[in-house]
Amino acid sequence: MTLLARLTGGVPARSLWGLGLLLVLLLVAPALLGKYGLSVLILVLYFAFVGQAWNIMMGFAGQLSLGHALYAGVGGYIAAGLFFHYGIGPWAGVFVAVAAAVAAGSIVGYLGFRFSLAGVYFALLTIAFSEFTRIAFDHWGWAGGSGGLFLKVDATSDILNLRGGPLLFYYVILALAAGTFVLCRALLESRLGRYWLAIREDPEAAQAVGVPVLRCKMIAIMISAALTALAGVWNAFYYNNLFPETAFAMGRSIEFTLAPIIGGLGTLFGPIVGAVVLTGLGEIFTDLSEVFHISGLKQIFYGLALLVIVMYRPAGVWPWIADRFGFGEKRR
Amino acid sequence: MTADFLLSLAQAITKGLLTGMVYGLMALGLSVIFGVMRVVNFAHGEIMVVGMYLAWMGFEYLQVSPMLSLPVIALIFFGAGYALQRVLISPFIGRPEHQQFLLLLAIAILLVNACLVVAGPDSRGIQLESQFDSYELGPFVFDAVRVHAALTAVVIAGLLWLFFTRTRTGKSIRAAADNNLGALVVGLDVRRLYAFTFGVGAACVGAAGALMITIIPVTPFLAAEYTLLAFVIVIVGGLGSMTGALAGGLLIGVSEAVAGLLLQPSLKSMVSFGILILVLLLRPQGLFGKSGP
Repeated sequence: MTLLARLTGGVPARSLWGLGLLLVLLLVAPALLGKYGLSVLILVLYFAFVGQAWNIMMGFAGQLSLGHALYAGVGGYIAAGLFFHYGIGPWAGVFVAVAAAVAAGSIVGYLGFRFSLAGVYFALLTIAFSEFTRIAFDHWGWAGGSGGLFLKVDATSDILNLRGGPLLFYYVILALAAGTFVLCRALLESRLGRYWLAIREDPEAAQAVGVPVLRCKMIAIMISAALTALAGVWNAFYYNNLFPETAFAMGRSIEFTLAPIIGGLGTLFGPIVGAVVLTGLGEIFTDLSEVFHISGLKQIFYGLALLVIVMYRPAGVWPWIADRFGFGEKRR
Repeated sequence: MTADFLLSLAQAITKGLLTGMVYGLMALGLSVIFGVMRVVNFAHGEIMVVGMYLAWMGFEYLQVSPMLSLPVIALIFFGAGYALQRVLISPFIGRPEHQQFLLLLAIAILLVNACLVVAGPDSRGIQLESQFDSYELGPFVFDAVRVHAALTAVVIAGLLWLFFTRTRTGKSIRAAADNNLGALVVGLDVRRLYAFTFGVGAACVGAAGALMITIIPVTPFLAAEYTLLAFVIVIVGGLGSMTGALAGGLLIGVSEAVAGLLLQPSLKSMVSFGILILVLLLRPQGLFGKSGP
């Protein structure tokens, strides 16, 4: 079987056509959208991408991480720091950033999995490491401490150093999101992917039938950390500033988890649909709360929306859409 | 080491112990809820902050001291917790952890932003007359407000212990926690008991909030910090263990105070998280927990 056949096997034709149409639309979107529309679409793609990365850990391998800000933060800080201090551009720095995040992920994963922490206990371990790192960065001079690290805002386009306008960042994040989508599909169709699902459903049974549980979980956290670090680097160069208070905040980690949970955990389209829903709602609520001029109102709408979704679509929005419109994969 | 240093260290430790009692009471609420229905209350710090705001409002608008409004707040929180469990949380018992997490996250977002809308982002504190009083014992000086708060927390924890060991409802709740199916078989109304438990847990946190406002001022942004703090305490002490929650509270209270003295105050929670990581790896059931997770 060729790779393409493997990747598309069992997918209904209408889903493939839909996917192709979506990609074409995304490629030409900057020409159709204004500045505001493009910035919203960038956010959607960012959350879809980072949600996809988190989904590998939780949706595929069943390990709840609430500390993914750690990998994004470490990645972003290292790439930005290398550029800021030594003028090393992000295309080179990203390798160091990803390596550091993978190392961090390996430490968290090895300690957690070696001592068989699962569920909430593992989640708290990930939070603890992320918070620990946040405070460490608060006191680390090279990274700017609590005062933050700022990259010079440069309007001139310098693709070699990932400096430029929204259009550049749009295509970079689109490439990342699309590439990760294909990667996740390939992972799910691989032996490793099947192992992950077995571990997610019943770790003890998986161990009993000979699945190398520890190794599979380690690979999951390393891939997930690497991808999240890419998101962190992109984020650092897009926003040009980094603060430990936000980069490693628990709120940031939670943000990463929302799109896949809302969209549909363990599904490929879940993070994408979730990102569209959440970013869309966020923009609508921003506009709404500006009408009333009350701070905190936006978050109240947001909280209510989350409440309604988790109460009525606890398995996520995408599985429901897929069922209704026949986009779902045929069971083989 | 000079005598001065030892004295200030001892001062920091006693201050930590006193604050730690209030932390312990807060964590007790989380521990009780988890111990009985296996739901991790991710909105715990938010409930605490609501308690702090209610006590502040009572003082600001009705001139009622937090110590006096405490029973009222505990009662309101019991009712609210009971209703919350009955209406929203009950269907989620036994569901996957990420769904419970999302539900309580939504509740947390609603609570903290309701505080923001009502009271604004500024920090709100109260000035009690006893603010500058202190008790002296030999070379030691104890802040009166901290002593009062700690003693009240001990009394409430004692009441809770009596409730769980002496009353029929308390014993039934423990039975349902030990063996859900068995409790159903002997005809206990487990759903009502769960609601009761959430009410008790919320009342603990509400009371802890009323005590905490006498020690430090409140802002909406404290909520997430308190949620994390409560997690650290119950994991260190042992999730589901009442003794563990109190002991964990004392340990974290002391470690914060000592870290604030020896290192920088901004590093104090790093020490707490360091302790959490060590406990998770070496004794994941916590210092006072019975069995592993």
